[in-house]
Amino acid sequence: MRTVQAVAWKEIQIYFSSPTAYIVAMIFLALASFFFVRDLSNPFPQASMSSFFQGATIILILLAPTLTMRLLAEEQKLGTIELLLTSPVRDWEVILGKYIASLVFLLGTIVLTLYFVLLLVIFADPDPGPIWSGYLGLILYGAAALSVGLLTSTLTSNQIVAAVVAMGILLVLYFTDFAAGTLTGLPATIVNEIGLKSHFDDFERGVIDTKHIAYYLLLTSFFVFLSIRALESRRWR
Amino acid sequence: MVKQDSKSLMIQASGLTHYYGPYAAIEDVNFGVERGEVLGFLGPNGAGKTTTMRILTGYMPPTRGKVTLDGFDIVEQSLEVRRRVGYLPETVPLYTDMPVNSYLKYMGTLRQMPPKAIKRRISEVIDVCRLGDYRSTLIGKLSKGFRQRVGIAQAILHEPEVLVLDEPTIGIDPIQVVETRRLIQELGREQTVVLSTHILPEVSMICDRVLIISEGKIVAEDTPENLAERLKGSEQMEVEIGGPVSQVLPALRALKGVASASHQSSHGKEIYTIQANEGQDLRDEISRTVIGAGWSLLSMQTMGMSLEEIFLKLTTHEEL
Ligand SMILES: Nc1ncnc2c1ncn2[C@@H]1O[C@H](COP(=O)(O)OP(=O)(O)OP(=O)(O)O)[C@@H](O)[C@H]1O
Ligand SMILES: [Mg+2]
Repeated sequence: MRTVQAVAWKEIQIYFSSPTAYIVAMIFLALASFFFVRDLSNPFPQASMSSFFQGATIILILLAPTLTMRLLAEEQKLGTIELLLTSPVRDWEVILGKYIASLVFLLGTIVLTLYFVLLLVIFADPDPGPIWSGYLGLILYGAAALSVGLLTSTLTSNQIVAAVVAMGILLVLYFTDFAAGTLTGLPATIVNEIGLKSHFDDFERGVIDTKHIAYYLLLTSFFVFLSIRALESRRWR
Repeated sequence: MVKQDSKSLMIQASGLTHYYGPYAAIEDVNFGVERGEVLGFLGPNGAGKTTTMRILTGYMPPTRGKVTLDGFDIVEQSLEVRRRVGYLPETVPLYTDMPVNSYLKYMGTLRQMPPKAIKRRISEVIDVCRLGDYRSTLIGKLSKGFRQRVGIAQAILHEPEVLVLDEPTIGIDPIQVVETRRLIQELGREQTVVLSTHILPEVSMICDRVLIISEGKIVAEDTPENLAERLKGSEQMEVEIGGPVSQVLPALRALKGVASASHQSSHGKEIYTIQANEGQDLRDEISRTVIGAGWSLLSMQTMGMSLEEIFLKLTTHEEL
């Protein structure tokens, strides 16, 4: 566990000392405030975060891979992976440490958006239920998005490729409900259930369903597991 | 953790073979390294040195063959093996965005050293590798030579039983080369060291034993002195003789113990290259023959085979 912590801590320090991570956080906050303000400036403003959450899910498709692209791709590019993998560290410890670091940074960024909630509470009287459930959903959604980026970063030494491929996978997962619309019966259900987005909507409406929580946790574990296997398989190439 | 039969050898490799795709980088490599020994892998570019080291350090498993290190199987008990090995990869890969001491601390934690030991050892290796003034410098800002020192510092940090150094003196200035060699010699007194190089004098300076590897196969294995001795038999001489070539050459060839003789003139000098048979010293005989025939012996030089030539001979399969 100490090694997981060490790997995570090192990555977190790099996040906080690298301009890329700050730029990503700034863009996230700027876009999030755009969605937030847009909601408030319509003729019949609602005291809700709904528009912010909708916007955030799209922004995360672009930003989560940008946060994770460096994690293992850079180690492979620089060759530092050679010293990492010849240290007495298990592959899952490396992957978990790196993943935790990206999650911590994302959580930090999400926490900053609580500023919007504060504004709502001061100037209006929002329904707290959908806000808290929305945040829970957003965190789960973000965790899943990061795990996809983690996998692609493990598979290549090119950070740009890692980011673009992850964005592609996330976009496909996001828009499955469109595909589901063209299908009928069981296939439609399956495709719809796989989708990232269909599981998010309930959270935003204030409904916390264990089915959706399980979906995100399962998706995340699946991609983290694949990343571990991908790192292991490096040794056999 | 059950130790396998180690026969007291620190490293034992048998039938080591590694394929990159269909291409065999090393094939059926066998060797053993004793405890406390300094073993040098000597070979031209692409011989398979790095491949062998990467297998020894547990970076990648061999396609075939078996290696044990301190009795632990390199594939089955990889974690135990990795605990005992310090490694300096050929390219000295380091995190350029970390300062030297944080980097060393990180590597120490990865090696599961207790925090106190990490602190103590960092100041020790910083002394040993003379990094004192660069403790908090970003590694990315260090010159190649200093990065090399950081690379060595991390390799010895956890006081590993085995040190694997892939071309440890490449790309650094001559003074640091000497320093690095001295350091390796010092380390070699207590630790088992496996290093690779294509610099021959380096091998005779710091290694107890040399493995010459070429095209993925071990072509010779001995102490540096013995290797030189073994091939000394075919000794070469260069003699400058004043006299008619048409008479001198046959006379030389007729001498007992001469394997072959050839002639060439350069800048008006008549130079004869003589190849002696196994272990023969021909100097006496040649001079007597030349003087006796009334010619003049202008110079005589024996060309004992250097490690350089042995290396070339063994790796290029050329007949001498
Ligand atoms: N990752 C790889 N993929 C494919 N082939 C490789 C790979 N690494 C090495 N090779 C090939 O395997 C052979 C042995 O390479 P290796 O790096 O072990 O040689 P070396 O003795 O270390 O050479 P050098 O002195 O140049 O470092 C070379 O022909 C090389 O082209
Ligand atoms: Mg090499």
